[in-house]
Amino acid sequence: MVDFVKRISGVNPRKCMKCGKCSASCPAYDEMEYHPHQFVDMVETGRLEELMNSKGIYTCLSCFACVERCPRSVEPAKLIEAVRTAVVRQQDKTHLKPDAIPALLDDELPQQAITSAFRKYRK
Amino acid sequence: MSVNEQFQPTIVAFCCNWCSYAGADLSGTNRLQYPANVKIIRIPCSCRLNPMFILRAFQKGADGVILCGCHPGDCHYTTGNYYARRRMTLLFSMLDFMGIERGRTRVEWVSAAEGAKFAATMNEFVDTITKLGPNRRLEDLRCRKE
Amino acid sequence: MQRIGVFVCWCGSNIAATVDVEKVSQVLAQEPGVVFSTNYQYMCSQAGQEMIQQSIKEYGLTGVVVCSCSPRMHETTFRKTCEKAGINPHMVEIANIREQCSWIHKDKEVGTEKAIILGRAAIAKVHLNTPLTAGTSPVVKRALVIGGGIAGIQTALDIADAGFEVDIVEKQPTIGGKMTQIDKTFPTLDCAACILTPKMVDAAQNEKIHIYSYSEVESVKGFVGNFNVTIKKKARYVDEVKCTGCGLCTEKCPQKKVPNLFNLGLDNRRAIYIPFAQAVPKVATIDADYCTMLKSGKCGVCSKVCTAGAINYQQKDEFFEQQYGAIVVATGFNPIKLDKYDEFAYSQSPDVVTSLEFERLMNAAGPTGGTLLRPSDGEHPHTIVFVQCVGSRCDDEKGKPYCSKICCMYTAKHAMLCREKYPDTDVYVFYIDVRTPGKNFDEFYRRAVEEYGVHYIKGMVGKVVPQDGKLKVQASDLLGNRQLHIDADMVVLAAAIEPDETARPLATKLTASMDTNDFFTEAHPKLRPVESPTAGIFLSGACQGPKDIPETVAQASAAAAKVIGLLCKDNLTCNPCTAEPNELMCNGCSSCEKVCPYGAITYVDKEFRGPNRTTLIRRVAQVNPAVCQGCGACTVACPSGAMDLKGFSNQQIMAEVDAICR
Repeated sequence: MVDFVKRISGVNPRKCMKCGKCSASCPAYDEMEYHPHQFVDMVETGRLEELMNSKGIYTCLSCFACVERCPRSVEPAKLIEAVRTAVVRQQDKTHLKPDAIPALLDDELPQQAITSAFRKYRK
Repeated sequence: MSVNEQFQPTIVAFCCNWCSYAGADLSGTNRLQYPANVKIIRIPCSCRLNPMFILRAFQKGADGVILCGCHPGDCHYTTGNYYARRRMTLLFSMLDFMGIERGRTRVEWVSAAEGAKFAATMNEFVDTITKLGPNRRLEDLRCRKE
Repeated sequence: MQRIGVFVCWCGSNIAATVDVEKVSQVLAQEPGVVFSTNYQYMCSQAGQEMIQQSIKEYGLTGVVVCSCSPRMHETTFRKTCEKAGINPHMVEIANIREQCSWIHKDKEVGTEKAIILGRAAIAKVHLNTPLTAGTSPVVKRALVIGGGIAGIQTALDIADAGFEVDIVEKQPTIGGKMTQIDKTFPTLDCAACILTPKMVDAAQNEKIHIYSYSEVESVKGFVGNFNVTIKKKARYVDEVKCTGCGLCTEKCPQKKVPNLFNLGLDNRRAIYIPFAQAVPKVATIDADYCTMLKSGKCGVCSKVCTAGAINYQQKDEFFEQQYGAIVVATGFNPIKLDKYDEFAYSQSPDVVTSLEFERLMNAAGPTGGTLLRPSDGEHPHTIVFVQCVGSRCDDEKGKPYCSKICCMYTAKHAMLCREKYPDTDVYVFYIDVRTPGKNFDEFYRRAVEEYGVHYIKGMVGKVVPQDGKLKVQASDLLGNRQLHIDADMVVLAAAIEPDETARPLATKLTASMDTNDFFTEAHPKLRPVESPTAGIFLSGACQGPKDIPETVAQASAAAAKVIGLLCKDNLTCNPCTAEPNELMCNGCSSCEKVCPYGAITYVDKEFRGPNRTTLIRRVAQVNPAVCQGCGACTVACPSGAMDLKGFSNQQIMAEVDAICR
């Protein structure tokens, strides 16, 4: 599974020098259980199970600030994207079900956000 | 030569003194094996290699000739390997025209630190030449040993 | 016919285990010209060498073949041995039967056979060897130091101490370099100017040292021991001899809006200026980009106030040539440009500064007179955030891949000084690793933390946003597992350092090699750290890699020692294996002249005997053996085959080819 994540993300977590600039740049830091620098470390040390069960992978905005700022070009957001893909591709692991949408709607939410969330969180 | 006996090619390797000869020494120091068919001649720089030497080697019965020099940009004499590269390109296209297989001649850049690359290159080159078989076209039969 | 002796070495079991040395020596004894052949356990030992010498005398040998380890190992040893026994050292050839035979083969039969062939090739070559004598070339007893920072000054002082003439070429109007801009030095906190300016004065007063300030190296010709350097003295529009350095012009000049580069643009100076009070030489310079007189011809205030009459608007760049025996490169470093790191808001807020700018803000001679004030509003800052590794240790496209080495220490120094001078300030240092290898360095850093209460936080700053006169700093605290939001008054960036931009073009002029980061490469990374691979070029200071002051001074003195070692010699021994044209065959086509990388080949008109007692004048090539390095490029370029290389002649190499292929 670790190899799968590395392969589809194209990220080499060994390049990480643990500077923490990704976590420093992250706008969703406080919403996450594991922070971008921890993501990288967990993939590197093979603790993928915890990561896949974490709610944090859905809070990532995919704003790619960490990718932009990382001095070593490790690109943590791509790892998170890959882990999320690995999870939602499993049977019954679709994160956002169509039935749940009406309850989440509010007037200020742009249409585009719903579409993109749909793309991102389900198979 | 009997049919069953495996063909043992004669291969001349010209190595520049500063990088490739040291690279060849390093592959020895690291005990990296390559076939004994390869005999190395030391020249000060790859640009010292006169195309005449290659023709002479083929005339005298060599089956393959390889030139090793410093990597482009690393020449001890600053520009020598660039000259060598141009000359060899020209010579090889002439040899091609004469019907000598392209695989029989080769230029490879080997630095003093690349012992492993030297051994690998030589293994590969001997393989290629063994497959190509003996060099007949340029060999001067008068020079042939009995 | 040569009388050749063959000596096969066992090298203990290194060779003897895979090569039948007895058989090799027996078979080689049958070769034509071989009059003596033997084998011995350790040919390079005292006993082995004596055996060779004895055999030379006993059998009247004229040539020697040693079948042993690589010539890179013991060629010199055996050549010396034979020289002592009375034969020319270049009559010795080595057959490499260890590195290129016994060590790469396992089968003894195969190894023996190959050793015999390699031996034959060496014998064939010795048959055609001729005695060679190395020429000598004189050494010019004068050194050139390029760059007048602390590295260049130290090198020049040390060379001058040994009694040799030294010239310093500095592109700025004053020597002193980066160290003049620094406030205090770690780890002792003594003032940089207090320890540097006496050295600058020493250099200026030393009669062996000549300083060319505001000058650059235009071109370099020649070779070790005899470089011919053209120096460009840039027009400073002030007569250096007449100017007394009184500074009146710099006060009266009406052009007041010129960024003061000495203070990194933090304040302004006039168009005519002396960089700082202790400048050496203390001579004014006109900045041609800003001077109204030079631009429009209307002003001339400085020339009116100058009592010495030193102002000369007509001054032009001057060029002059000088001979040197050795050249020392001491071009130093610069902090990188920070355009790529806009997340730190360097271009958006004047309160985000680089560490070098911070040095000027702390310096008593700086724009704020030594009081730490925010550049934006002149207020005293209460919260200061230091960010380390800005542009260092990055992926190739994002910055510099190397560690800039000095930032950890100077940041600790800055943080400590802030807390010492202004105990009411909060100081945060964001670090990835704190690297403090060096004498008293880690103790210094611990003092910053323990005694001065600097907040060291493992993590990195993600972004800085200027907002309401504050700098909103968002950072990570990895050990605290939290994200920090700090309202800072100032942010100080420890920018990576890179080689000076003049280093690359200079390297081309010197034919010295550089790495991908534009640092000069050493002849050997461990054993020859202050020499360039190009003979006669030496490296001093940060042009070779990031260095702090103690290391720079150490390397500067080391480079000086190497230069002195070279200049002490009256003559240098040249490589005897040089190209040699056969004048009777040369047709004067200039092909060889064009390919020679050293410019060693010239053409001369020479008289030859023609038919019927006439004389002919023909243009023929001539090689300067002191310049020729023996690469052989010309030998192949020569269309008539007139050019040959001594020691590696066409015939010799062909004899080797024949011996291998036969």
